[in-house]
Amino acid sequence: MIFLDHLINGLSLGSIYAIIALGYTMVYGIAKMLNFAHGDVIMVGAYIAFCGLQYWGIPPVLAILLAMVFCTLLGVTIEGFAYRPLRQATSLAVLITAIGMSYLLQNIALMIWGANPKSFPTTFINGSNIRLGQLNISSATLITILANVVIMVTLTLFTSKTKLGKAMRCVSEDRGAAELMGINVNRTISLTFAIGSALAAIAGVLLCSSYPILQPTTGSMPGIKAFTAAVFGGIGSIPGAMLGGILLGLIEIFGKAYISTELGDAIVFAVLIIVLLVKPAGLLGKPMREKV
Amino acid sequence: MTKAKRRRLIYNLVTFALVIIAYIVLQNMIGAKAISRSLKGLLVPICAWIIMAVSLNLVIGFSGELSLGHAGFMSIGAYTGAIVSGWLLAAFDMQDTTLRLILAIVAGGIIAGIFGVLIGIPVLRLRGDYLAIVTLAFGEIIRNLVNVLYVGTADGKLHFSFLNKKLPEGVTMLVDGAKGAVKIKPISTFTAGFILILITLVIVLNLVNSRAGRAIQATRDNRIAAESMGVSVTKYKMMAFVTAAVLAGMAGALYGLNSSTVVPTQFTFNQSINVLVFVVLGGLGNVLGSVISATFLTVLPEVLREFADFRMLVYAVVLILVMIFTNNPLIRSFINRLFGPVKSLFRGKPKSVSGGDLQ
Amino acid sequence: MTEAKKRRSDTRMVPVPSHSIVPERDVDDIPVLETRHLGIEFGGLKAVDDFNLTIGKTEIAGLIGPNGAGKTTVFNLLTKVYEPTTGAVLINGQDLHGMSIVQASRLGIARTFQNIRLFDKMTVEENVRIGLHNQIKYDMITGILRLPRYWKQEKRQHERAMELLDIFGMQDLADEVSGSLPYGAQRRLEIVRALATEPKLLLLDEPAAGMNPHETEELMENIAKIRDRFGIAILLIEHDMSLVMGVCEGICVLNFGRIIAKGTADEIQANPDVIEAYLGKKKEG
Repeated sequence: MIFLDHLINGLSLGSIYAIIALGYTMVYGIAKMLNFAHGDVIMVGAYIAFCGLQYWGIPPVLAILLAMVFCTLLGVTIEGFAYRPLRQATSLAVLITAIGMSYLLQNIALMIWGANPKSFPTTFINGSNIRLGQLNISSATLITILANVVIMVTLTLFTSKTKLGKAMRCVSEDRGAAELMGINVNRTISLTFAIGSALAAIAGVLLCSSYPILQPTTGSMPGIKAFTAAVFGGIGSIPGAMLGGILLGLIEIFGKAYISTELGDAIVFAVLIIVLLVKPAGLLGKPMREKV
Repeated sequence: MTKAKRRRLIYNLVTFALVIIAYIVLQNMIGAKAISRSLKGLLVPICAWIIMAVSLNLVIGFSGELSLGHAGFMSIGAYTGAIVSGWLLAAFDMQDTTLRLILAIVAGGIIAGIFGVLIGIPVLRLRGDYLAIVTLAFGEIIRNLVNVLYVGTADGKLHFSFLNKKLPEGVTMLVDGAKGAVKIKPISTFTAGFILILITLVIVLNLVNSRAGRAIQATRDNRIAAESMGVSVTKYKMMAFVTAAVLAGMAGALYGLNSSTVVPTQFTFNQSINVLVFVVLGGLGNVLGSVISATFLTVLPEVLREFADFRMLVYAVVLILVMIFTNNPLIRSFINRLFGPVKSLFRGKPKSVSGGDLQ
Repeated sequence: MTEAKKRRSDTRMVPVPSHSIVPERDVDDIPVLETRHLGIEFGGLKAVDDFNLTIGKTEIAGLIGPNGAGKTTVFNLLTKVYEPTTGAVLINGQDLHGMSIVQASRLGIARTFQNIRLFDKMTVEENVRIGLHNQIKYDMITGILRLPRYWKQEKRQHERAMELLDIFGMQDLADEVSGSLPYGAQRRLEIVRALATEPKLLLLDEPAAGMNPHETEELMENIAKIRDRFGIAILLIEHDMSLVMGVCEGICVLNFGRIIAKGTADEIQANPDVIEAYLGKKKEG
């Protein structure tokens, strides 16, 4: 059942994109900025987990937690030092700063771990393969998909039911009004970055579990694709990021399988363009009505 | 002549003067063999990046649209240039390198311009971030496509193949898929680059200071108002976009014909981002700024070679610090207080607003 | 301009019948503006419904109504920013159906905006020159190559722009960046820019917003002078009643998207529906 194989792989890859896309979309929604460095936080998370598993011999769950904690701190620090001073600046200025931050992270990683690709240990996650008839699903794939579902549910509940989550939505919609209502905007934005970065760490581990080559540029392409997915689904929309990510993963896998492996990326981007032409604000995005 | 006109004239003259003087100085250094090998090798690339930055500034600074795929047009120009030059040599034995270079550059510009029109039509319908993402998407698509492009020449004819290398026997390969454009005879010269910069400056500065240029800027400042005054937003955004594409294509041809191979990995999203950094750092809408920043930031990594592994790190840190310093209102007001008195000397008295009356 | 000279001799305004606002002196001409059952619906809500208005070639008319009545929406319909869901707009007898904003502008309708929409990074003169975009032209290649036509047309644009700015006493501000001007000057610049397009109908959206009584007085005179000098019709949205009653020859009152009254200032002021719309129903007893 090759089709189902591809379907499962597509869902798995799509889940990774979705998790990354969540970070982009949440930060965009709340700070109206494109956090270019997000893809590289993923890479850092993967490296930390790698060190934990390979060099420090700590159990997998702890390694992942360590990566999450580290990335959370990293994300919050980056926001505080590089993005917060530019709250009032044009979005282009913040974008360039984020680009600089991305370069910085990549080069620090290069300095610490070198350019040689590392092989990410997958033994901890690839315990057994699940058999469904003729389907052979690796546990990495299954865990990835499950993780995505859990995150999706948790995040949806968080933003709709909890006070902090609602605060995030308020700041996204109208920062000034939120401030007047007594919401601590700085803390809310930091929290958003924290969540996004923690998710990035998870995504990094999951990414390298399925595609075990790790180098300083590992986060770059998935970052771009995930950002594309976020826009695809409607930037600023959490369900949109989910939908966009999964669809992108599916399109990529099916495109590579049924049309051409080399043109896989081109197909993904071509679909994006077509969708945006039909739905200019993304799949789940709301078109901005300009007041005349 | 009004004050504004005078200011503009001086600005344009300074821009041209800077480029011309730099050219003369560098040519002398080359003649006197007073120039390092690495810097000499950078001369043509610097010319190409200056043109890339100035053309991208037309789109971002003057037209107000974020384009993240500009390297794609450069890539098209590079490949076209390599194909045309190789074909002219193989099919017509055109030994005149100057003529070949000119034809290759013109061809690069035209083909890139055609792609600019094709891409512009869907892209410019979108707004803001969505437009940016689509330009990024197109850039990636181009990169993907040239990776599987095969071009060869035999008996004066050009043969194209896509995805699989199905070309007739005994054909001279011009473009070999992932290997890129191969066996190029490098014919680009610093002088050619210099002339191309001058052409670019003339086109961009003259365009910007004309009726069409004002229309382009109006579409940037207020889309609805521009339309209400009878200025077609689509037409003028296309104008800026396609002009930039043509210039980028020419820069690409120059750049590509400077080495013996051109590979797809030279024109990735990272390159588009590089040019974006040049433009933003030099100042949106500031052509002179783009010239300076493109030069400076192309030379900087070479100068930092001393620091070997650290140089990109230093580059990144410098970039971040510069952005923070020039954009944070607190830091800016601090600097303004330091240099304020000096600034007001140049600015003169503020204008009073007269009540006015109809005659 | 000869038309304007002709009309300057008519100094008295003629009382208008209450079912239309066409001054009798224009009654033989095609009205500059005619709307027939014009309406627009946004997702089930009729923002403007059955809007019928006729304006004479040199009439000064007013469009008033409580906040949210749909006045700016009417402007947006007239300038094709919105495409109507029902009805038609005719400028000098020509139906604007299917036209774009740019096409409508070319037919001679110009406007100012409720929230000022200047090209704020460009200078005052450049803003006016955008208004001249379709009046004094040359193409892109001529501009890049600096052919003789460029110099000729640029000079003409400059002179015309300064002429217009001079009328409003803004010639000294020509090189100022428009975004840095004080509010009143920005509003005036918007009017100058609109006039540069040589419209037949000028739409002013709350021109007196934020003005003190003295400035409003001045604006009233300026509006009448614009009509006299340029020989155009003016339709204005306004909340300042002294301005409306003082300068408008005919007034149209809108509430919840529908016209509730049309007529002269006196007729409107006495109309019970209008009073109710603004002040609410009179209490019993």
